[in-house]
Amino acid sequence: MQPPSRSTSLRTWLVATLFAAAQTVPSAAAQAAPAPFENTMAQRMQACTGCHGAQGRAASDGYYPRIAGKPSQYLFNQLVSFRDGRRDYALMTNLLAPLDDAYLREIANHFASLDIPYPPPQPATADVDTLTRGEQLVTRGDAALRVPACVACHGTALMGVAPAVPALIGMPRDYLNAQLGAWRTGKRHAPGPDCMAQIAQRLAPQDISALSQWLAAQPVPTPAKPATALPAPIPIECGGLSAPGAPK
Amino acid sequence: MSRPARWVATTLGLLVAIGLLLATLVAWLNVRGEAPLDNTPPRAATPEQIARGAYLARAGNCAGCHTARGGALYAGGRAVPTPFGNVYASNLTPDPGTGIGGWSDAAFWRALHHGRSRDGRLLYPAFPYPNYTRIERADADAIHAYLRSLAPVHQPNLRHELRFPFDQQAALAVWRALYFRAAPFEPNPARTPAFNRGAYLVEGLGHCNACHASRNALGATSNPLDLAGGLIPVQNWYAPSLTSPLEAGVAAWPVADVVALLKTGVAPHASVSGPMSDVVLGSTQHLNAADLDAMVEYLRASTRTDIVAPPDPDPPYRPSAAGGKLYEQHCAACHGERGEGVAGAYPALARNRAVLLDSTANLVHVILEGGFPPSTAGNPRPYGMPPFATVLSDSDVAALLTFMRASWGNQAPPVSAVEVGKFRATSR
Repeated sequence: MQPPSRSTSLRTWLVATLFAAAQTVPSAAAQAAPAPFENTMAQRMQACTGCHGAQGRAASDGYYPRIAGKPSQYLFNQLVSFRDGRRDYALMTNLLAPLDDAYLREIANHFASLDIPYPPPQPATADVDTLTRGEQLVTRGDAALRVPACVACHGTALMGVAPAVPALIGMPRDYLNAQLGAWRTGKRHAPGPDCMAQIAQRLAPQDISALSQWLAAQPVPTPAKPATALPAPIPIECGGLSAPGAPK
Repeated sequence: MSRPARWVATTLGLLVAIGLLLATLVAWLNVRGEAPLDNTPPRAATPEQIARGAYLARAGNCAGCHTARGGALYAGGRAVPTPFGNVYASNLTPDPGTGIGGWSDAAFWRALHHGRSRDGRLLYPAFPYPNYTRIERADADAIHAYLRSLAPVHQPNLRHELRFPFDQQAALAVWRALYFRAAPFEPNPARTPAFNRGAYLVEGLGHCNACHASRNALGATSNPLDLAGGLIPVQNWYAPSLTSPLEAGVAAWPVADVVALLKTGVAPHASVSGPMSDVVLGSTQHLNAADLDAMVEYLRASTRTDIVAPPDPDPPYRPSAAGGKLYEQHCAACHGERGEGVAGAYPALARNRAVLLDSTANLVHVILEGGFPPSTAGNPRPYGMPPFATVLSDSDVAALLTFMRASWGNQAPPVSAVEVGKFRATSR
């Protein structure tokens, strides 16, 4: 993967800041005169953007993951998993409990279709050895642990692969840690075979920390889009790629 | 034998005799009216009977409990939380080993009407047989025919997790002797057929008062006609009174609005939330117009006329200034500067009975957890509200509610942070 140049990330940052500022002005004005009600998905999705940021753009400095621009099938799988109890977070489960598959599909498509610039990443706080280990796991994997490289499934640019594999960069470090930890301890599940559970269980806690440190410190490339095809045949079987309703 | 010893022996003998008499009474009360079980296998069902059974199973929202979250339809395994522990709904698919594949129509009927399983065990009333006892035999047979038409799922039932002594059949027998009597539905000849159909659905299959009535210390509602509202145990959502015009009585509503609420989950000035979302999603949205009209006719007739609004307090309740700022910041964009809401999307808060209820349980749930009304055929793309559990403290929520309850013509008592904290603790 080609690391983005300094000027690229500066430009990304500037665009993001200006965009954010442009968004702030109307919402400040909204305090005096509320934005008019609109019969739109954005209006309906205010239940989501309270935590996931305006338009689902949550930045990497918090806990809640960004959902804007994520692959649609991935988002749909997560919505179904929360609703049906495979993922364990009561606020999400309660929120989604009364919604049917058709609406969850529309919600997933809505957020997947948003193209919003990413803010710059959080600086790493780990030592060089940890970051080297993280980079090694991400780019080459660990044959001794039978852990494939992250890039093998999540794309060479780590921006995910449409329609069902999510991006690994542009995410909060705490969120990455929490998700890998939840898979490792059996708290998070995906449709079987649960490839990420198998991988996380082969990783030591310090490996997970190294991965999260390195991933969270990577700037998001431009264009910040999921790849359209896997770089090579997938090295491990994943139920999420063939979940019911997934485009074949 | 000395005089005192004789006295002790006589007293003991009497006590034993009374005990035996009571035990016999309890045993008799538990089997009265039951015919010997007919184990003739059910006759082949017609497609019409299966379709009718599917419809009735929706009306009873059987799948609401008998399907685990994300699990196979009707294969059981969902916990029904009670103050006495968890009761796990059973597998209703026709699997012969783990489901009800080997049951006769009479055994299925006996479970609904008498609350007794095929093997003779008494069933826990978390399975609402105090309501289902009203179900007619033909309807029970149709539901059974529908369940037999499902694909069998091999899924063993989970053991209930009840504390002693509630896990004992003898304790359950005493409970039933006190609070349960098998009784068919008796139509009221002075009323219209629609009223009676509505009563049959509300009191029986719909088991509305399993939530919309208060329960005593032993978990019993007074009778299937009681719709006076109550706090749902453990979940701590308040199911408002369906008879009080101050709560959820519908006599003053246009019939079309009540039907819309049950059919779609939203009405011009209201939307369902919490457990009622599940009911609309799994049950009432599937009911036909005639049955919904019948239920509404019955509910409108059940609204009491002797309950009047209390006079406005003197001095009036004052809105909280801190709450006003929070409202401006978090709520006004959708619910409006004057609490006017947006019809069909965001409920008005001004003069909304749900805001003025004595119990603040639902308000706390909604603010902490947010939510969507159910996605139904009539309202497939509902508008949602974000959860504020991670944003607002107990005192923030209290200030916000105190503001809402004393603004825009609302006059309801203030809410304390302690009260919010109590409900936050039970919010999942």
